[in-house]
Amino acid sequence: MHHHTLMRLRSYSTPVLLSLALLALTVLAVGLGDKALGRAMAELLIRVTLVVGLWIFVGNSGVISFGHAGYMCIGAYMSAWLTLKPTMKALLLPGLPDWLAQAQWPVFPAAIAGGLLAAVVGLISGAAILRLSGIAASIATFAFLAIVNTVYSNWEDVTGATSSVVGLPRYVDAWVALAWAVAAIAVASLYANSGSGLALRATREDEVAAQSSGVNMYRHRLLSLVISTFFTGVAGALLGHYIGVLNPDSFYLGLTFIALAMLVVGGIGSLTGAVVGVVVLSAAIEALVRMEQGIEVGQTHLSIPNGAQEIVIGVAMIVILILRPSGLTKGREWALSGRLFQKRGQAKRA
Amino acid sequence: MTSLSQLFFDAASLGGIYALAALGIALIFGVMNLVNFAHGEYITFCVFALIVPSTDAAAHLFLGKAPAIVLVPVMLMIGGGLAVLSEALIFRRLRNATPVTMMIASFALGFVLQYALLAAYGGRPKAVSLWPGLNTPVELLGASVPLLQLLVIGVTVAILVILFLLLRHTRLGLEMRAAAENFTMARMLGVKANRVITGAFAISGALAAAVALILVTQTGVADVRMGGPVMLVAFIATVIGGMGSLPGAVAAGFLLGAASVMLQAFLPLDARPFRDAFLYSLVIGCLLLRPQGLFASASAKPRV
Repeated sequence: MHHHTLMRLRSYSTPVLLSLALLALTVLAVGLGDKALGRAMAELLIRVTLVVGLWIFVGNSGVISFGHAGYMCIGAYMSAWLTLKPTMKALLLPGLPDWLAQAQWPVFPAAIAGGLLAAVVGLISGAAILRLSGIAASIATFAFLAIVNTVYSNWEDVTGATSSVVGLPRYVDAWVALAWAVAAIAVASLYANSGSGLALRATREDEVAAQSSGVNMYRHRLLSLVISTFFTGVAGALLGHYIGVLNPDSFYLGLTFIALAMLVVGGIGSLTGAVVGVVVLSAAIEALVRMEQGIEVGQTHLSIPNGAQEIVIGVAMIVILILRPSGLTKGREWALSGRLFQKRGQAKRA
Repeated sequence: MTSLSQLFFDAASLGGIYALAALGIALIFGVMNLVNFAHGEYITFCVFALIVPSTDAAAHLFLGKAPAIVLVPVMLMIGGGLAVLSEALIFRRLRNATPVTMMIASFALGFVLQYALLAAYGGRPKAVSLWPGLNTPVELLGASVPLLQLLVIGVTVAILVILFLLLRHTRLGLEMRAAAENFTMARMLGVKANRVITGAFAISGALAAAVALILVTQTGVADVRMGGPVMLVAFIATVIGGMGSLPGAVAAGFLLGAASVMLQAFLPLDARPFRDAFLYSLVIGCLLLRPQGLFASASAKPRV
């Protein structure tokens, strides 16, 4: 077989392996664990959708985005507007336009609509923001996040402002989340191996060299942002229908931090890194939360103090960053081959 | 009521706070390309150093009881010490990492500091009365201005002058300016990296402490989340000012303060809750017009 065909087949084995691994984890958690473990697994898979969505833009372009929690917020509220009962909306959100106030869509098209709205906003905001380069673009995404948060926290009769929107149908379990996570991984891999994805990764390694080879950086960045924000918006819709309650502040700095942390800890340079980061940090968070609640050892009730979870996660992240600055996977992909790890797309070192 | 001179004092004192915080961020960015997200938590940490650790609703002053002449230097040392410590423990080990990795590490450090404060002091905001006398209004140029506002403006100007003298007329200042211009070249010419970076962190931390003292006197509240919003604005100011440009950071800090006060005064009443959305839209617009910053230094232009 031709070498290139072989390489291409090998890179397409990555999403298959990642999906199978997530499927195995889900079967284990839902089949063997208690109800709480099943819920935790659903949350993990929603985070996979989010972080893989984030990776489609950040991993390929190398531009850090702080704005993705904002796109997530947009997707979550869109899905809520479409699925809440009209009587509820008349009461809680009197300012909605008529067609939204009357709408009562099934949950699946509502999630798609959430993703599409996020993608449209991604297209418009990206058209402006992505004209900037490097750190200025990152700051502009930060400003975007602050704008979304300010608007959603104050637009009383459309978003309910800081009093939460309640009563969302809670349909998201581990299987629904798994389906979306697998879809996100498949699209991420397709994009990363497409012509646009390769061109974008070339600009990540060297902006000037790529542009002088005829790569239109702006167009590829914008395309990847639109795909990325679609899945981010869907992840927002999923999170809303998983918790059942929406509040603009749950889509702000805390979420931004944890999503970026997962990406960086796993390794920003590879899709495998995005998934590994989510699984490792989610497992650590779940373990610590359970330790905070306490475990019974014989007669005694052992627990760690509240707040210890965040501190331990933060310290662990710093340690990982110091020991492995390019993440646990070091930017390598998990692919079928004699060796499990194939050296490719190593993160750029300054 | 909102006369022109009143607006001026409001803008200058708010801008002063932003300028001091932006300066703290720009100093560190200049010498090691680190966008220090923990800066907001340095500010919060200094505020809480004033009171006794407990989760009670009422705050008991701890350091805050000391007379100003003792309190101010001690606070500046606490802020500087915290920043130097975080450099020695964390950022020194990340010098060869990408700026993104360093940024995430500083984000993580801020996270840890915030939750450590939360564990020690509880989540509820506490009332703190530090120097309550400073909030008495005085009549000046037809405006009724709290004494503190005048003091903030005065202190900001004083700090800027001191810093300017330090950077222009001491060896450390010279080395810092050289490092901000071109760090690799400065090191080749004999500038000691550790000395310059530690110095920058010490000054940055001390600036955070100054901001903390001003904030707590002005608001009368100690809250674990109070550093974040200031840091966010300051961080944006450093970018608008042109990353690494110290005068740019100061100017942009004042500019943002002024823009914020103007929007508050002149926006229609219905739109006022959305003030920050307008402010950040202005920021994006500003970046689009001048991506390298309003006051970019010559060396900030990307070189091929």
